[in-house]
Amino acid sequence: MNKAEPLVSRYSHEDYKSTVKPIWCPGCGHFGVETSLFRALAYLELPPEQVAIISGIGCSSRIPAYTQCYGFHGVHGRAPAVATGLKLARPELTVIVTSGDGDAFSIGGNHFIHACRRNVDMTLLVMDNEVYGMTKGQPSPTSPADWDSKIAPGGTGFSPFASLAVALASGANFIARGFSGDPNGVARLLVEAIQHPGFSFVQVLSPCVTYRPEERFWKKTVHPSSVESTNDPAVAGHRLLSDDGFTTGVFYVGNRPCYSATVDTSNHDLRAIEEDLAL
Amino acid sequence: MNQTISTLDAFLAHAHELEREAVERYEDLAGQMEVHNKPELAELFRKMAAIEQQHVDKVEGLAGGEPRTLAPWDYQWQDPESPESIPVGQGHYRMNPYQALSLVLACEERAEAFFANVAENADDPAVRESALQFAAEEREHAELLKVWLARYPEPKAEWWQDLDDPVSQE
Amino acid sequence: MNVPCSQTQATSIAIMGSGGAGAITTGSLLLEAAGQAGWYGLLTRSVGPQIRGGEALAMVRLAPTPVTGHGDRYDVLVALDWHNAGRFIAEIPLNDKSLIFADAEGGDPPSAILATGAHLIPLPFTDLADELPNARPNLLALGMLSELLGIPMDDTVQAVVRALSGKGLSVTHATDALAAGGQLATTFPDTQRLAPPSPRDTGTHWLVTGNQAAALGALRGGIRFAAVYPITPATDLSEWLALRLQKLGGHLIQAEDEIASMNMVLGASFGGIPSMTITSGPGLALMTETLGLAVAAEIPSVVVNVMRGGPSTGIPTKSEQSDLNIALYGLHGDAPHLVLAAQSVTDCLVTTQWAVQLSETLQCPAIVLSDQFMGQALTVCERPAPLPDGPPRRIAEVGAARYDRYALTEDGISPMAIPGALGGQYTADGLEHNAHGTPSSSAADHLLQLDKRRLKLEQYDYGKAWAEIDGEGETAVLTWGSTTAAVLEAAAQARTAGLAVKVIALRLLSPTRPEHMTLALQGIQRVLVVEQSHSAQFHHFLRAHYTLPDRVEVISRPGPLPIRPGEVLNHLLQEIDHE
Repeated sequence: MNKAEPLVSRYSHEDYKSTVKPIWCPGCGHFGVETSLFRALAYLELPPEQVAIISGIGCSSRIPAYTQCYGFHGVHGRAPAVATGLKLARPELTVIVTSGDGDAFSIGGNHFIHACRRNVDMTLLVMDNEVYGMTKGQPSPTSPADWDSKIAPGGTGFSPFASLAVALASGANFIARGFSGDPNGVARLLVEAIQHPGFSFVQVLSPCVTYRPEERFWKKTVHPSSVESTNDPAVAGHRLLSDDGFTTGVFYVGNRPCYSATVDTSNHDLRAIEEDLAL
Repeated sequence: MNQTISTLDAFLAHAHELEREAVERYEDLAGQMEVHNKPELAELFRKMAAIEQQHVDKVEGLAGGEPRTLAPWDYQWQDPESPESIPVGQGHYRMNPYQALSLVLACEERAEAFFANVAENADDPAVRESALQFAAEEREHAELLKVWLARYPEPKAEWWQDLDDPVSQE
Repeated sequence: MNVPCSQTQATSIAIMGSGGAGAITTGSLLLEAAGQAGWYGLLTRSVGPQIRGGEALAMVRLAPTPVTGHGDRYDVLVALDWHNAGRFIAEIPLNDKSLIFADAEGGDPPSAILATGAHLIPLPFTDLADELPNARPNLLALGMLSELLGIPMDDTVQAVVRALSGKGLSVTHATDALAAGGQLATTFPDTQRLAPPSPRDTGTHWLVTGNQAAALGALRGGIRFAAVYPITPATDLSEWLALRLQKLGGHLIQAEDEIASMNMVLGASFGGIPSMTITSGPGLALMTETLGLAVAAEIPSVVVNVMRGGPSTGIPTKSEQSDLNIALYGLHGDAPHLVLAAQSVTDCLVTTQWAVQLSETLQCPAIVLSDQFMGQALTVCERPAPLPDGPPRRIAEVGAARYDRYALTEDGISPMAIPGALGGQYTADGLEHNAHGTPSSSAADHLLQLDKRRLKLEQYDYGKAWAEIDGEGETAVLTWGSTTAAVLEAAAQARTAGLAVKVIALRLLSPTRPEHMTLALQGIQRVLVVEQSHSAQFHHFLRAHYTLPDRVEVISRPGPLPIRPGEVLNHLLQEIDHE
């Protein structure tokens, strides 16, 4: 962390937390992610009004209203597009997309890929619980192929979506995985993700206690990466494709070119443009 | 892992963050219980938050103000989270006071263990003395909680069962 | 604002050709030359399905007064060749007064063309071009037309030089080719000469397409961010806008699809920047979910929808008014929003600018309906005057006090906080919410917010611009969009024939204006509805929302053939007994 340590941070948890109480089930991993987000923002001393949290649909996407930042709770899967519009229009804001595995990888899969590819400076935080919670336990793109559910008895038979590898191949500039049971570890990943230019993708394994109670044991399964992050996509790609999906840490820190824009609304002089049309 | 907290400043910073995070988590849990229509548990967690807030104030008194904060991941906890916080993933909307108090008791015991460990490994006598005091206090709390706990029945078998299905939202 | 030109004053010229013959270029150069010389005019096009080298038809109408639509008949058809000409027969009505100038090397005309009774005059465009350096048959045709119509050759030369100078054509060569073409026409009687134009100052008139006009209207309205996905016939609007936005300090981005486009627009507008997207029917269908969000979260946003033949891929290169229903009713839930329709090429500018103003003022998405006919029509017109500024987006003054994003106000408009402003933090939410913005599923909050969102649109004073009303009488023609041109022309002719006709052309389709319509329909005994839709979408819309007199007749047919003035006129002059 290249930040001079303050005596006392100007901001704390309370500065980011709104009075709206989450509707998540007690025990949900998302509470840990929320904590991580607030700790990261406080560490970075980002004024809440300079932060915009953009989301789509699903349990994870309820986060914006639980914060004291500017929030946008939009339609299913499209948050990366909303965030792109906002960041291009208002580059000085810190833009964070909060999403889930269904929102980001299924209905929003195309936007996920293209947000990675555009590499606009923002952070995508996906709370991955391998299930649809808001609609009562359907398989998500990251559910194991044999996970039994009402809608897909015996399992879907589909291979899970390798989100980090897809992000790498698509052009994301920072790729990491965390676990909600380690809020400080996730806070650290978020700080790095927010600070790193371009599109940062942080997957946080976040157990669903209602539809996937067995995920409580993820705390025994996750293990920190034993190697340093790399800026070599080939190395990162090999690691990600041979990983068991439970390694936490930073996999890729790239220096791919970012897409940015500025929008100035002050010029109302259309004369030159109109003269071009004159006969 | 042994604690490597070598100065009183660092110790107070840890003690402060430990208590502050305990308040934060108890408040969160109180909110969760309110949302899930468990007023009794909400009150319990609020009460715990208030108690831990007194500890925050006490540390600030000792430190002569708010101690300096470290990066969240730079605190020397033995677990992913600070010892006096109920870990993420604990708690259930059907839990009873016995279970809630058991979670609280575990916090006090972890806190005691943390402070004891700091005391044991401290070279600085001031740190050792302070840590021992904190450890003793946490032990007292733990004993008190055991008394409280005895007043509540243990949960019935299959306490988590809910005859209604979960609700579809979006 | 749409002054109809009378049929007798206007001249219609069609130019067809294939495989690089340059029919469209010939038409646009002819229009530009005529515009330069003081005439008004309109050019639309029809093309085959090929990307390059297909058959193409340019339809030009020139007159001394503004031209907004095509007439009933073509006075002149120039055939650079006859390849696949059959495709266009239905689009170029000819009769025994029409003249056909065909390249002698261009093959035989289809029998259906000859059956019209038009007079066929073969001309040696190709042979002459072969004799001249750097000449092409279409330049000779243009020279011939210039001479035939009485457009000063200097203006034609200038137009050609301007357009083709970058393509290696010298002034001398161009002049020689045009002169040689002109020479061909000197032997013809001067029956096709254009009625003389009125003198005009330079710089007062434009050569512009409807899509360009819409883009300019958006810029005048303050749009500085656009996110788009390519789709015919809207793409040229986006392309034209991209460079102009850049010059003004704005930004246009091509998104991965229409859904992303609309969501990017909401993101940018949430950030305080007036924003728009541009699409056509299938793209609008993809955007509708997000438009519902814009309604619920009250985010200003503009969609210009350039209609084409539908449903599905339909006829992407040709016009139809069949996206009316999706624009009006395509949103899920009870989602009051703005729907506006341009009536002509120049009105694309006015209506789009107004849509931006209304959307910003009312914090509501606005759909502007244009169509392929207007969007891709090139016109010589007077520079449209800018609209007076509308009330800007109401920005919240935030600070220490509690801020309620969706506060219930007298006019339903609640001041909007913009990210960055301390104390204004809120979550724009597609979930139903209370006044503060907190998600709420309570019946009371739902009703309050539904009422608020409807009220702000219904209570607003839209003034006279909701419709263009022309004339008086007991007969009214109700229409919208690009068919307005044919209706206005037909009404003018009907008046000449002794039938008093009132034209009501709707610009604001949603919210509806029942009181205004009742007033406009006072004393009307007979209504004729004119629209270009197979299922009579506009007629059903009028029936659903307005009280019409007992006698209602309908001209409703699909694209791509335009509704022509004569068709409307004949209908008006028919006495149909509906008893």
